[in-house]
Amino acid sequence: MDFPEELKYTEEHEWIAIEADIATIGISDFAQNQLGDVVFVELPEVGDELEVGKPFGVVESVKAVSDVYSPLSGEVVEINEELPDAPETLNTSPYEDGWMIKIRLSDPQEIDDLLDASAYQELVADE
Amino acid sequence: MKKTPLNAVHRQLKARMVDFGGWDMPVQYSGVIAEHQAVRTAAGLFDVSHMGEIEVSGRSAQEFLQYVTTNDLTKLTDGQVQYSALCYEHGGVVDDLTLYRFTGERFMLCVNAANISNDLAWLLSLTSSYNDTDLMITDSSDTYGLLALQGPQAQPILAPLTSVNLDELSYYHFTAATVAGIDLLISRTGYTGEDGFELYCPADSTVMLWQALMQAGSPLGLMPCGLGARDTLRLEKGYALYGHEISAEILPLEARLGWITKLDKGEFVGRAALHKARELGIPRQLIGLKLTVPGVPRQGYPVLCDGREVGFVTSGTSSPTLKQGIALALVDSQSAATGKSWQIEIRRSAKDAETVSLPFV
Repeated sequence: MDFPEELKYTEEHEWIAIEADIATIGISDFAQNQLGDVVFVELPEVGDELEVGKPFGVVESVKAVSDVYSPLSGEVVEINEELPDAPETLNTSPYEDGWMIKIRLSDPQEIDDLLDASAYQELVADE
Repeated sequence: MKKTPLNAVHRQLKARMVDFGGWDMPVQYSGVIAEHQAVRTAAGLFDVSHMGEIEVSGRSAQEFLQYVTTNDLTKLTDGQVQYSALCYEHGGVVDDLTLYRFTGERFMLCVNAANISNDLAWLLSLTSSYNDTDLMITDSSDTYGLLALQGPQAQPILAPLTSVNLDELSYYHFTAATVAGIDLLISRTGYTGEDGFELYCPADSTVMLWQALMQAGSPLGLMPCGLGARDTLRLEKGYALYGHEISAEILPLEARLGWITKLDKGEFVGRAALHKARELGIPRQLIGLKLTVPGVPRQGYPVLCDGREVGFVTSGTSSPTLKQGIALALVDSQSAATGKSWQIEIRRSAKDAETVSLPFV
């Protein structure tokens, strides 16, 4: 299982890549592996305001429905338009082609609450 | 949690295990979609040893079973299998089952794992009117392992391992046989809609049988398959599942099980209530729905017809074959007959659907 060093993570298994005030968000390799074959993805719309800790989307595998929680607060500036038509991308490329949304941060201090790769790896080792 | 004889094998194969009605069972090995496709195009091997086997024997065994099950047992010959159900007096279903006739005085019922003790208690409670001291009802579930070998390659995989001529074993028939040196029962039955076999073996030979089948089948594309694929496979074929389409609250006549409910065969438990329901009109009907937009229907989601809520989803999934959301839904009979526009409510949003004749695939 893969945990890229340069990313941040959450206990709900999202990953976050931060560049200036833009955060790209997706679900971790561990999350996609736990879910199994992803068959449906629901994303917010550009312009939606997200609040930290609140669900912003849904990922469904054959067997399960999972909410995806916003790791940070901010406005959605871009969504991965290809994902709803190719939800299996979350399985095949969770950290690259399977990115879900980009948001403009409204409270950059929230970044301090995110996990780094080693802390996240430790967390999932217990699950 | 209860374990089948193959528990260590599943763990070795790194299966994802789940609690399935108190049983520690594999939900998937490589992935639900890959396993599903293996069964449709080649073959899959399922551990279904959690299923229950109840043996009924004695001079009045046939008469007793004819009275407690819904299908007409008198049509059955030795070596034949019949799909049937046990009903309560009010017409709701205790369990659905396959019934094996060895002789007119010896039968075996294969029942759902979660219902073994309930079925057994129900059957025993119904024996009181039988003075036959010879009538024996025995729970043999722990003595059997059960593997389902399913898919178009099932026969080519099994044939070299047994001396039985499988061409002569018809659908819904069974025979005693030796497979890979193990004495067992081969039944040409299954729950996937593909050709295939269910093998009832001694519990302590289950691991050996699994390994012999995997070894023989791997070159032909055989994959171990979990309960996830078992569910998508049966749902694509519109087969009912206990706890979804079948329950004490649903009449078999509502759940498309009229073909195993023989109201004219004579008296049986539940007949009076079912007969009355038929006279008054069956209130609800099970229909097939297919989403025309992306989404996955799930059990319990509301079903709307012409803008009004008329029922609920009993089983839903994303069909690996159709790559669309499919559902079985229990809706009021009037809507089922005349409804025009259909929707399934998913997370408070109504998604367009259309009725389809079953099976889906």
